[in-house]
Amino acid sequence: MEKRDFHVTAETGIHARPATLLVQSASKFNSEVTLQYGDKSVNLKSIMGVMSLGVGQNTDITISAEGDDEKDAIEAISETMKKEGLSE
Amino acid sequence: MKKVLKGIAASDGIAIAKAYRLVDPDLSFSKQTITDVDGEVQKMQDAMDASKAELEIIKSKAKETLGEEEAEVFEAHITILSDPEMIGAINKEISDQKVNGEQALTDVTDQYISMFEAMTDNAYMQERAGDVRDVRKRVLSHLLGVELPNPALINRPVIVVSHDLTPSDTAQLDRKYVKGFITDIGGRTSHSAIMSRTLEIPAVVGSGDATKTINEDDVVIVNGLDGEALVDPTDEEIAKYEKKEQDYLKQKDEWEKLKTAETLSKDGVHHTIAANIGTPQDIQAVLDNGAEGIGLFRSEFLYMNSAELPTEDEQFEAYKSAVSKLDNKPVVVRTMDVGGDKKLPYLPLPAEMNPFMGYRAIRISLDRDDIFRTQLRALLRASNFGNLWIMFPMIATLDEFRAAKAIYNEERQKLIDAGQKVGDIKLGIMIEIPAAAVLADQFAKEVDFMSIGTNDLIGYSMAADRTNERVSYLYQPYNPAILRLIKHVVDSAHKEGKVAAMCGEMAGDQIAVPLLLGMGLDEFSMSATSILKTRLLFKELDSKKAAKLVEKALQAQTNDEVKNMVEEAMDSLK
Repeated sequence: MEKRDFHVTAETGIHARPATLLVQSASKFNSEVTLQYGDKSVNLKSIMGVMSLGVGQNTDITISAEGDDEKDAIEAISETMKKEGLSE
Repeated sequence: MKKVLKGIAASDGIAIAKAYRLVDPDLSFSKQTITDVDGEVQKMQDAMDASKAELEIIKSKAKETLGEEEAEVFEAHITILSDPEMIGAINKEISDQKVNGEQALTDVTDQYISMFEAMTDNAYMQERAGDVRDVRKRVLSHLLGVELPNPALINRPVIVVSHDLTPSDTAQLDRKYVKGFITDIGGRTSHSAIMSRTLEIPAVVGSGDATKTINEDDVVIVNGLDGEALVDPTDEEIAKYEKKEQDYLKQKDEWEKLKTAETLSKDGVHHTIAANIGTPQDIQAVLDNGAEGIGLFRSEFLYMNSAELPTEDEQFEAYKSAVSKLDNKPVVVRTMDVGGDKKLPYLPLPAEMNPFMGYRAIRISLDRDDIFRTQLRALLRASNFGNLWIMFPMIATLDEFRAAKAIYNEERQKLIDAGQKVGDIKLGIMIEIPAAAVLADQFAKEVDFMSIGTNDLIGYSMAADRTNERVSYLYQPYNPAILRLIKHVVDSAHKEGKVAAMCGEMAGDQIAVPLLLGMGLDEFSMSATSILKTRLLFKELDSKKAAKLVEKALQAQTNDEVKNMVEEAMDSLK
C-alpha cells in the first residue's frame, strides 16, 4: 500500500472543482484509492464521498492507494493536489 | 384554438415559430416491486449513460457560450454520474429491496441531499444538494422516457416558452435556432429581458401563464414590439405579422443610417448616447450600434467568472482592451459591485437578512481595500490606452467618496513614483441611494460626474424589490417623486459644471427620454440595442418644448398621470 499525507492550504478547501479533478485523477487507476480525513475515510473515486467530508482549509488528510498501480496513482494525485493549489 | 397572451415587451421584433417548452416535465412515479433485477440495473445504467451523453453536449455548449469556468458545473454533474459508491448503493437497493430504479435512485440521492443540506456551517456544500437534485432529475427523465429540456439541446427554429430564464439558460440560447421567447414572470429590467435585448431576440416577458397556455410545438407569434403573443394563429394572422416584421426590419434599416450620426435634438442640442456593458464581449454591439461611449462598464464579470480574485494584470488587460476599442470615446468603469445577490465563491460573505441593503459594492471595497487597490491600479494603468473614467457604486455619503478617492490618489501616486504613466481620469459616483440623490448639490462640488442608476434608485426610493411580483407595481420610473430626485441631480451637477449621466434602463425608455432631454441630462447610457431608436427619437424632439413638459410633469401627482401626459404631448414635442 502507498500512502501520502497532505496539508490542505487552499482557502476554499476541497470544493467542487478540485474535488472533481481529484476524483477524475484517482479514477484513472485500478488501485483502490482512499481519502482519510480525521476519523472518516472515503473512496477517492466517489465525488459524493469526497464532498461529504467537507475538507476545509488548514486541515490534514491522508491519501492511500492499494493495487497494481498504487505508486503511479499516488504520484498522479499528488500532482493534481499541487497543480490545483490544494496543497504545497 | 387561437389564444392571445399579453405581457411586457422586452425586446423588439416579431418572431414566428413552434414552441419549445423549457419547463420541467412531470417526473412523478410510483414505487414498484420488480422481479428482473438485472434488467432494472441495466435500465439504470442506460439512463445514466444517456444522461452523461446529454451532459457532454450541454457542457461543450456551455463552454462555448459561458466559458470554461461556468461549464465546470456540468463536469461535476458528469462526475457524480460516474460515482462508484452511489451507483453501487443504487444497484444494491434494486437487488436487495427489489424496487424499481426510479425509487432506488430517489432513495439513495435523498441521503446525499440531506447530508449536504445538513452541512449548515458550509453554505457552499449546502448548495451541492442542488447539484445532486439536478443530476437526479436528468436520470429520472431518462428512466421515465420523457425529455428534460435544456437550451443547449435545441436544434430547430423555436420560440422558447418558460416560467423564467436563468442567466445560464439565456447564455446557452443559440440565436440560430431561438427565434423568440416568452416567459411567465419578469419585467422590462429582469435579467431575461435585458439578455433578450443584448442577443436581439424578440421577447415578451411577464405574460402570466405562457407555460400553462402554450403546448409543445404550438405555433406561436411573439410580438416583442407590443408585448403580446398569439398562440395557434390563423394563416391571415401569420401573413399580417410577417408583414409587420418586414416593416420593423425596414425601420431598423432607418436606424442603421443613424449609426454614425451625432445625437442631436430637433433644435440642434447635442447629448451623448452611450452603452451599458457587462463583459468585453459586448463591445462589438456597442460599436455596431454607434454608441458615443460606454456609460457603464460593470466590472463584476471579472470577479464572477473566476475561481479566485482576478489579478491586477488580468483586470488591466480587460480594461485596456475596452478603452482601446472605443478609440478615445469615454469608458466609465464601475468598480466592483458584488454582494447583494452577486456572490463570490472565494470571498465568502456572511448571509444577511437584507443583502441589498447590506455589505456590498463600495462598502466591501473600502473595507477590503486590498481588493480595491488591485482594481484601481489596473484601471490606472489601463487609462493610458484611451479615455477611462472610474465610477464608485452604492455611494451613500461624501465620506465614502472621499475615502475611495483618497485610496485612488494613493495608488495613483505610487504608480507615478514608480515611473509609470497614468492618464487623465475622471472620478464619479453612481447615484442610486436616495440619500446621495438628495445631497447631490454637495456631491457635485467634489465629484467629476454623477451617473444615476435608476433601477436601484427607484427600488430604494419606493422601498420595493422590482423582482418581487407582488410589489413590482411600485417600480414607477415616471413617478414625480423619482423625477424630482433626478431633476435635482441634473441641476446640481450643472451648477458645478459637472456631467450628469444616467445608466439605468430608464435612459433608453421612450417615455422617459423626452423628460430627461427636457431636464438637460448630458449622457444617456443604455442597452446597445436601444441606442439607434433613441437617437431617432432625439432627432424628432424639441428640447425647449420638452423642458416645458418637465415643469408640468414635476407638478403631477402619479406615475400614470405623467405617463399619459408624455404620451399625449409626444406629437406636440416634435
